[in-house]
Amino acid sequence: MRLRTLGILLTVAVSATASITSATASASTAPPTTIKLVTHDSFAVSKSVLAEFTKQTGIKVEILQAGDAGAALNQVILTKSNPIGDVFFGVDNTFLGRALDAGVFAKYSAPGLSRVPREYQLDPSHRLTPIDHGDVCINYDKRWFAAQHLAVPKTLNDLTKPAYKGRLVVENPATSSPGLAFQLATIARYGTNGWRAYWRKLRANDVKVDDGWESAYDGDFSQGANHGTYPLVVSYASSPPAAVYFSKPQPKTSPVGTMLDSCFQQVEFAGVLQGTEHAAAARKLVDFMLSARFQEDIPLQMFVFPARDGTKLPAVFTRFADVAASPLTLPAADIGAHRDAWIEQWTNTVLR
Amino acid sequence: MIPSRAARIAVAAVPIAFLALFFVYPVASIVGRGLAPDWRLDLDPLARVVTDASLRHIAWFTVWQATLSTILTVVIALPGAFVLARYRFRGRGIVHALVTVPFVLPTVVVGSAFVALLGDGGPLGALGLDQTLGAILIAHVFFNYAVVVRTVGGLWSHLDPRTEEAARVLGASRWRAFRAVTLPALRPAIAAAAAIVFLFTFTSFGVILILGGPRTATLETEIYRQTAQLLNLPLAAALTVVQLVAIIGLLFVTGRIEGRRGVSLRLRAAKETSRRPSTAGARSFLAANLAVMALLLGVPLLVLIERSFHPPGGYGLGFYRALGEVHAGSTSFVAPVDAIANSVRFAFAATVLAIAVGGCAAVAVASTRRRWLDTAFALPLGVSAVTVGFGFLIALDHEPFDFRGSSWLIPVAQALVAIPFVVRIMAPVLRAIDPRLREAASTLGASPARVWREIDLPIVARAALVATGFAFAISLGEFGATVFIVRPDAPTLPVLIYRLLGQPGPQNFGAAMAASVILMALTALVILAVERFRVGSIGTF
Repeated sequence: MRLRTLGILLTVAVSATASITSATASASTAPPTTIKLVTHDSFAVSKSVLAEFTKQTGIKVEILQAGDAGAALNQVILTKSNPIGDVFFGVDNTFLGRALDAGVFAKYSAPGLSRVPREYQLDPSHRLTPIDHGDVCINYDKRWFAAQHLAVPKTLNDLTKPAYKGRLVVENPATSSPGLAFQLATIARYGTNGWRAYWRKLRANDVKVDDGWESAYDGDFSQGANHGTYPLVVSYASSPPAAVYFSKPQPKTSPVGTMLDSCFQQVEFAGVLQGTEHAAAARKLVDFMLSARFQEDIPLQMFVFPARDGTKLPAVFTRFADVAASPLTLPAADIGAHRDAWIEQWTNTVLR
Repeated sequence: MIPSRAARIAVAAVPIAFLALFFVYPVASIVGRGLAPDWRLDLDPLARVVTDASLRHIAWFTVWQATLSTILTVVIALPGAFVLARYRFRGRGIVHALVTVPFVLPTVVVGSAFVALLGDGGPLGALGLDQTLGAILIAHVFFNYAVVVRTVGGLWSHLDPRTEEAARVLGASRWRAFRAVTLPALRPAIAAAAAIVFLFTFTSFGVILILGGPRTATLETEIYRQTAQLLNLPLAAALTVVQLVAIIGLLFVTGRIEGRRGVSLRLRAAKETSRRPSTAGARSFLAANLAVMALLLGVPLLVLIERSFHPPGGYGLGFYRALGEVHAGSTSFVAPVDAIANSVRFAFAATVLAIAVGGCAAVAVASTRRRWLDTAFALPLGVSAVTVGFGFLIALDHEPFDFRGSSWLIPVAQALVAIPFVVRIMAPVLRAIDPRLREAASTLGASPARVWREIDLPIVARAALVATGFAFAISLGEFGATVFIVRPDAPTLPVLIYRLLGQPGPQNFGAAMAASVILMALTALVILAVERFRVGSIGTF
């Protein structure tokens, strides 16, 4: 018995060492046309789509992941003088100002931009290229409202009414990207002078604040995994299709609805990193990200919407996603300039 | 025990070089970037930490919750360490392995189990613990119970029970005999365990965020916010300095306690010291402790297990199948088998590193009077993972140390977390070896190498095995340190779990629960396997 266990451990040991060695070996003998895509942990693309890029161009892509969107961008900023990769994906409009000010991206005007609506082209200096967009919205539990015979709130204002007291869970903007987007939605709606008063009313109406999306959606939302007690949650416009797509068997209608008045637009960008030795190859990857092939792949990989006009959406999106015609937005420059101060003010208003 | 000064220096050099390259240099770089940009020292951020009331409050709360957590953990786990070290009962080995499982589970998984239990709609929701200090404390005891059981229990099982029995024969009460004889003997191990629990709870991240609610901030969560969200390196650096000062102070104090011990202990084989719980009192004491373990450690784990087998529409393996199906064909997809293989591979490399480096460190620590060495190796536990991760990035960026984006940094980061355990499991045992045994062997003509082989090694081997199991388990579940490292895509089980939890829908959540149960099972198996190797010769002295 003892010998057998020892044998198993030894086998594991040897194969472990072997596979680590082979992994390093293959990395160091890779052809010079390998470029590094630095991104956050939520990035995903179909392997077949990425393989197509390599087939078309002969360029291999190594994906380097580095924490959440904020952490990944900051790591790229810190290594400006000695870049860790060639392309970065995952700057959203709340980080756009910082990303541009830091000067880590090289100018590149992708030809594919002509197919991208103006509203997503937020960088006039053409360093960051819009790749996808997705609205942060309040989602509601359809079954809960039906069972309570209560009308679903229509506007942000409704949320301060007594009928919805203790029904909404949001995320802390200091630690959560949808949390910040929802705070920005209220600033866009009520203006820089009025948003704090609105949050005071939400606070009086027992809004619950969680640290992040997982705690709010899976922990407290009544349609989440824990079957919590909150039928309203700050999440995404893509949550209703995701709730269908990631169920087995798939229901005929989504159990989750979107409160369209609450939606704030998030746009996500990619850029060529300043100082890359593979600038031409890096540009090709950005081009590819705007190609129909990659854009069509986006919805079911990252559960956001493609930026390119006329991209065919998967059925689960066309059937189950409600999209606001004109979601709330704020100029990226304003967000960049006031972001930190706004979060501080929010903390003082809602938590202290 | 080590023949010459040269050899002693050589043994110490390995861990010192490792620590210097992979900890001191990266952390100094990132702190330097914050406090001395352009090589001019700017202490304003430090002054701000001292004068700003909310930052002062954060620092105070960090120390306060860590102190409370540590005291609670030691008080609750010490009786558990006793029964597992001293009582022989059916299933003891399995219980011993199972109590270690919580320690290695990623906080995000445990957080969701606790939220399910304590949250507004949960079965224990009526206690009102959601988003309170109470929830944080319970979770910290859950995570760190094993540290006390293993560190203290490791020594306890080798203490000669006859000393305590002698005290009892001489008329001391059970409590008095414990206080006067056993407790002083255990003091170094208790101090070592307490120090580790303190460091872990001091730098606790996921538990604070998920269970403490948005009003709770610690130095760790604030450093993360300042570094990863706000890119305010000066303030992050100042907070890191505060962290370092606090933990050096703590380690200094616990180091003094560990060192304050007059006589060497008589160590016995665990087999000789353990007995069946023969009296009714002993049996009920055992039962009470097993009940505590079942409630505190078992219930949250059972919640995870139950959920993993409960897809919509009745119990079954649906979520385990989902693990291999959802996201298939995506770059973010990893087959469960591959995630297991990745985890085992990294954990293996990390364990080899931790045992090699930590083993040398333990020998060096045990053979010197200088406490700083011991303290230095524990420092990585007390410094924020985001500080170390960002430090790697800006420090290890040029030849010959350009490790950025290399897979090797993951086992290195995991080893940094595991080494303090290796040192702290092995060094007390090494120190406790009666020097007279060595002297006797030398007198009888044994060479220094032979003394080491015949006297030290058999005793150390057992401790080394315990350390190996622990290091491997830590590395298997490690997530905090790896997530801030820029890394190529080779997701481990914890990374897979984290990804699945980040997306909505029952399939994702269920698959995350299934992956967590696989991680739990893997950990339990590893620990059971390692503990099967008994070092028989230990009973011969």
